Amino acid sequence: MTTKQGLLNWIDERFPLTSTIREHLTEYYAPKNFNFWYYFGSLALLVLVIQIVTGIFLVMHYKPDASLTQSGVPVAFASVEYIMREVPGGWFIRYMHSTGASAFFIVVYLHMFRGLLYGSYRTPRELVWIFGVLIFLALMAEAFMGYLLPWGQMSYWGAQVIINLFSAIPVIGPDLSTVIRGDFVVSDATLNRFFSLHVIAVPLVLLLLVAAHIIALHEVGSNNPDGIEIKKKKDANGRPLDGIPFHPYYTVKDIVGVAGFLIVFFAVLFFAPEGGGYFLEYNNFIPANPMVTPPHIAPVWYFTPFYSILRAVTYPLFGIDAKFWGVVAMGAAVIIIAFLPWLDRAPVKSIRYKGPIYKTALTIFVIAFLILGYLGVLPPTPARTLVSQICAVIYFAFFLLMPWYSKIDPCKPEPERVTWK
Amino acid sequence: MSKEHTLDDNRRQLLIATSVVGGAGVVAAAVPFVASLTPSERAKAAGAPAEADISKLGPGEMMTVEWRGQPVWILRRTEAMLATLEEIEPRLADPNSEKSIQPPYAKNRHRSIKPEYLVVVGICTHLGCSPTAKFAKGEASGISKDWLGGYLCPCHGSQFDLAARVFKGMPAPTNLTVPPHKYLTDTKILIGEDKA
Repeated sequence: MTTKQGLLNWIDERFPLTSTIREHLTEYYAPKNFNFWYYFGSLALLVLVIQIVTGIFLVMHYKPDASLTQSGVPVAFASVEYIMREVPGGWFIRYMHSTGASAFFIVVYLHMFRGLLYGSYRTPRELVWIFGVLIFLALMAEAFMGYLLPWGQMSYWGAQVIINLFSAIPVIGPDLSTVIRGDFVVSDATLNRFFSLHVIAVPLVLLLLVAAHIIALHEVGSNNPDGIEIKKKKDANGRPLDGIPFHPYYTVKDIVGVAGFLIVFFAVLFFAPEGGGYFLEYNNFIPANPMVTPPHIAPVWYFTPFYSILRAVTYPLFGIDAKFWGVVAMGAAVIIIAFLPWLDRAPVKSIRYKGPIYKTALTIFVIAFLILGYLGVLPPTPARTLVSQICAVIYFAFFLLMPWYSKIDPCKPEPERVTWK
Repeated sequence: MSKEHTLDDNRRQLLIATSVVGGAGVVAAAVPFVASLTPSERAKAAGAPAEADISKLGPGEMMTVEWRGQPVWILRRTEAMLATLEEIEPRLADPNSEKSIQPPYAKNRHRSIKPEYLVVVGICTHLGCSPTAKFAKGEASGISKDWLGGYLCPCHGSQFDLAARVFKGMPAPTNLTVPPHKYLTDTKILIGEDKA
């Protein structure tokens, strides 16, 4: 027995190292027909690591303090400028973190769209999907709180508007928004608690949810572009005929995805770190001023579809303000995604074998979602509000009518084995 | 049921009692954590009144004073501005400020103690943005031909007249809030206190 083998045995008698590696990597059989869309799960993990590592280094220099420096600039704002201008390498770390935030949502939106394409939410992957929706929610909270930290004009007024939304909730609303702020206005207390939640609480929740997401996935096995279960056809050793070990096959494939992603990521970071005002909004380069709202405020791009749904609700109902129903609609727009496994009644999972009705519905849904996102960055006009109302109805109709249209949709027969070139 | 499987009732009851006491301890321990989220004593005490010197404020001009971390506007209205207040009332949601917040002495058409000076918290009653002053009339305002001057909220488009009263059909439910205030002298206003 070699020393290496001896050491491994010593560990395995005390910790399930070899069996864990086998279960999750070398003997985790993933379908052999993964395509381009299957990059985004591992890329989301990569961006999570980027955000955590850059976050750790940013916290070493950032100060969550709304009081003013001698030159009259808020300490928090000044500390971000200090990171950008005076900390060696600080600009690189900060731009990685700010670009990473947008990259996270791009990757996650594509990852979710993959689920819609191939029915990855269907039985037995309901819990994988629900953990995923919870990750999306945690990610939104993480992004929202992180956006306050630079203490710029958009940080301040964005938080002001979103926290005020909670005050629309009947009875408990006003007190609830005071508890969220820790003050009667967005202030130093708000900045400090958002900092705490952004760097400790929400990341912990995110990591736990990601672990649950992956554990649940490895329990049931990955879906694939054909939407059929590879576990149904096994060889004499009990290995799926259409499965290949995750390591080395998909680790190597994912490294190619990582390389491609990093090319785009660093191209943005080095040549357009502000993302044309969408990744870092121009008004956020002005220190927070509680006395003046910028002439045009809009959330960061990844929130805009949901923000549009919020603004689309303009009618009071049951004697409660329209803004409360706007909040309800926005919340429902996210929560409803979790119910997909029970809304989809099609006999097949993958879009490859679904009929024209689902293909049309999904296309219209994606277009409506993009229009909502586009309208969310623009100031509202009566015409735009009408368009966003139509798109909001389409958004909800896609989900709520699915039990019916997915049932009558003429689907094609699924193949016995995965198709693969 | 065989004898091995019968429950030891005493132990079971002890277990339940211990769990209940322990649960009560957890709830009690949660109280200070939840309480710590509410505004601190310092934040509660930060409502000190703010003094404003209006001696340099010309007719038709507006100044902003910070009070409790919020902008308070003082607008010195001209005769022409005051003349618009009656004309505009059919277009307002709450012209008599019945649903809006203001001290009794500001519950009038001009929503102020002296008609000339409007003192109002510059925070929209919709979602808390600070509206922008749009004093120019008509086309020049960039709003509409029949605009008589007032305020426009940049966030969701709520419009207010020159007494900070909201127009009909706007996202904002009520007029802007008038803070308690009083005149210390003819040129000094104390915001946040109105008792003698």
